[in-house]
Amino acid sequence: MIQETRRVLKNIGKINPESIDDAIRAGAYDGLKKALSVQPADVINELMGADLHGRGGAGFPAGMKQKFVSESCMHCPQRYVVVNADEGEPGTFKDRIIMEQDPHLYLEGTIIAAYAVQASKGFIYIRGEYHDSIRKTRVAIKDAYKKGLLGKNILGSGFDCDIEVKLGAGSYLCGEELTMLESLEGKRGNPRIKPPFPAEKGAFGLPTLVNNVETLANIPFIIAHGKAEFRKLGTEGSPGTKIFTISGRVNRAGHYEVPMGVTLQELIDLAGGMSEGKPFKAALLGGAAGTFVDASMLEEQMSYDNLKKKGATLGSGAVIIFAEGDPVVEALHNCLRFFRHESCGKCVPCRTGTAQLVKSAEQLRNGHPDKKALLEQMIRESTIMAATSLCPLGQSPVLPLKSAASYFSRELTEIK
Amino acid sequence: MTNPLQLMCTQQIIEQFAPEQHNLLNILHALQDNHPQNYLTEQALDDTARYLGLPKSSVYGVATYYTMFSLVPRGRYIVRVCTSVVCELHKAGRVIGSLENMLGITTGETTPDGMFTLELSECLGQCQDAPSVMVNEKVYNNLDDNRLAEIIHQIRGSQKTANR
Repeated sequence: MIQETRRVLKNIGKINPESIDDAIRAGAYDGLKKALSVQPADVINELMGADLHGRGGAGFPAGMKQKFVSESCMHCPQRYVVVNADEGEPGTFKDRIIMEQDPHLYLEGTIIAAYAVQASKGFIYIRGEYHDSIRKTRVAIKDAYKKGLLGKNILGSGFDCDIEVKLGAGSYLCGEELTMLESLEGKRGNPRIKPPFPAEKGAFGLPTLVNNVETLANIPFIIAHGKAEFRKLGTEGSPGTKIFTISGRVNRAGHYEVPMGVTLQELIDLAGGMSEGKPFKAALLGGAAGTFVDASMLEEQMSYDNLKKKGATLGSGAVIIFAEGDPVVEALHNCLRFFRHESCGKCVPCRTGTAQLVKSAEQLRNGHPDKKALLEQMIRESTIMAATSLCPLGQSPVLPLKSAASYFSRELTEIK
Repeated sequence: MTNPLQLMCTQQIIEQFAPEQHNLLNILHALQDNHPQNYLTEQALDDTARYLGLPKSSVYGVATYYTMFSLVPRGRYIVRVCTSVVCELHKAGRVIGSLENMLGITTGETTPDGMFTLELSECLGQCQDAPSVMVNEKVYNNLDDNRLAEIIHQIRGSQKTANR
């Protein structure tokens, strides 16, 4: 049976997250020391060689992102690093575990990333409900300043970097990078038109690197041990490890770090198997903005490239397991209700579409003379929304909807 | 919980931050957390707008956009029930029903004694131990009726002691 391989989570439960000395004894900031001894471009090259993909959901190559930012607008007075710690995808809590239990790890990754793109200012945008993460990150920052790991002339390298915490206030949409930048600037969380991407015009209109907590938490390992070591785990197309958060009908729901490419069945086994011995029915991969799969996917490799090939998504690493007897329509209805609540209202197709989809899902659940036609209509509407909405929120409902329809159309459309 | 006697005045709180727009959300959080009724008063919004040099409408727009902010008085304790797909699978609906019964209010309301406001929340990221609720800054997991009753009782008890 597969075992966990803890790289990012190696210190979890072993150190006091509020003690920088504990963290340093466990190897924290070794990666930063090494990074500061080479050129920023060398750091970027190492990350590109490691082929680290962003762990927030989109899976964009992290090294490439850094390269874009580092080469953007050479005459601009300032560059920024923004940490996306607005974890809100249903079923996802990997960033919370890192922030609550090893905040120095991602703080170190943030400082290395700032050095790589030569950003002297960073913001960590944490969702407002994550009180423990906020508090521990603030402690970590304060202690890092005391040790000369933040501020002026970090460890005598001549590199300056200041980092502060910004709070979200209960908006899922602000986890989308451009919307997050709006919120960070003190505005309503409405998305921006892209392009321009943050690398070009980010926070305050200046070049900005936006990275997820887990992505940044992978950087110290890559710099300290090298890209070859990093690539020893995972698959060719998706190197490294991934933290999966497994919940629902399993015996030991929780966070599990495993090499990219383990199968869905292996993840379920790792989480103690199906609860009450019930047969597996479905998994929702990647949260609400994710895809449903059925038992035919149990032996598929969980990696960005493989799941994409199969029309599914890895997303944030959320894996929500359903057993026989759990109605798919309920889960679908819940996801659609979520989108309705979180739609910002800027794009009409999303604002009215998310509300319409909830109504339709209720009809699907409560009875409708022609459920087949209704489901087709929902897919059509969500496809139009995806094509006509500015940001990922309006583009998301089609994902769970289409996948649920393709795997569970008989259940969804049967007339009781 | 904050003791009203220790409350700082609005201006003192605002002035802990630099007068720059990007501090708006952090300021609103600080003001709301400082208010015993967990909300943003009109005065607080006006003072913030003046301090940041923003039109009142901008501050109002931000305060009303985000779910965590309230412009109406709420209880000392905000009970947020997670309604995510995972918690729903673990009977979050029942948690809501039980809390409504125990508190004698419906979702969105505040108990007459001003102690509790019952709200719903999107995923609180506690899916390993669903169902979950958050009471102010504290998270409670693996809930059933007994545990819920215990939590409410405990908070009521601690308040009585504090008031004595």
